[in-house]
Amino acid sequence: MWLKTVSENIAAKKIFAIATVVTGAHVGAKWVIYPDGATDGAPADADWNAQVITDAQALLAAERSETRTYGDAEIFIESILPPPRLIVVGGVHTAIPLSQYAKILGFHVTIVDGRGRFATRERFPHVDELIVEWPDDVIPRLQIDAMTYVVILTHDPKFDLPALKALSATKPRYIGAMGSRETRRQHMAELRAQGVPDEFLKTVYGPVGLDLGGRSPEETALAIIAQIIAVRHGHGGGHLQLD
Amino acid sequence: MQEILSNLQQWQARGDETALATVTWTAGSTPRTIGAKMAINSRGEFVGSVSGGCVEGAVIDEARQVIRTGRPKLVSYGISDDMAWDVGLACGGSIRVFIEKVQS
Repeated sequence: MWLKTVSENIAAKKIFAIATVVTGAHVGAKWVIYPDGATDGAPADADWNAQVITDAQALLAAERSETRTYGDAEIFIESILPPPRLIVVGGVHTAIPLSQYAKILGFHVTIVDGRGRFATRERFPHVDELIVEWPDDVIPRLQIDAMTYVVILTHDPKFDLPALKALSATKPRYIGAMGSRETRRQHMAELRAQGVPDEFLKTVYGPVGLDLGGRSPEETALAIIAQIIAVRHGHGGGHLQLD
Repeated sequence: MQEILSNLQQWQARGDETALATVTWTAGSTPRTIGAKMAINSRGEFVGSVSGGCVEGAVIDEARQVIRTGRPKLVSYGISDDMAWDVGLACGGSIRVFIEKVQS
């Protein structure tokens, strides 16, 4: 039954497509297609099977879902991708609401802090992963990819600088670094002096967040997660307004 | 998605019959995008959404019928002259929702 297969695939964070026949002779048929072209539960006697696999592979690569027509059949092909990841460096106060918002939004959330007092289960019962280790030791092991968003909240050079240096060897979708304009300038200059390339430093969002004007940890966390959503969808983050 | 599926499984485990409604096509401005889902059980309880609350009531009714007959259904919603006072989308867009019974 598809429900079991789909649930197991999601739990295993697999990339796959679900094909559902919504009109035509096979209406109601539903099966799973993997990026390598393997299928699970496809109708045996349908002449469009090979074309649906090709189309599903293209839609998966584009991270899109679409209904397509194959003769008398309309088939909804839905791309299922693993959730985006948020890695928060620094288990500080702002990290608590930030990780809560991220969980509501469907992110897989990891908190990293070398200080065992900050990164505790009592403070972060809701996160997926809690790592008590120095950020620059952990970052190379975190398999950071284009679905990963990283926020550095420590704004202390002894944590920030090594973390950013380690991140310069990875390719996340987003890096945000907390700190005032003056702190950010100092940290950037220091990293430049340490040989971290300018092209990388320019991609770091800092001071972090959209300009919402709030000052509390909860409001700051909202400005950060809002920036992440804007970056995810390629939007600037301004007001929606009639011209 | 995961939450919708685990609700289906929980309802099935307690003996309810279940259906799944999925937005499979959209045009114009719509409150939810393609792939939005709603799970419904034979008691009329539901989780998730396929619009901004505009057509959920109608989808629940359709879903209970799909649960009874076992036959899936593709339903269209949008603004048209004869629908403006009935069930439709206030935003001016149109959607198609596929409703299917889900067996355990």
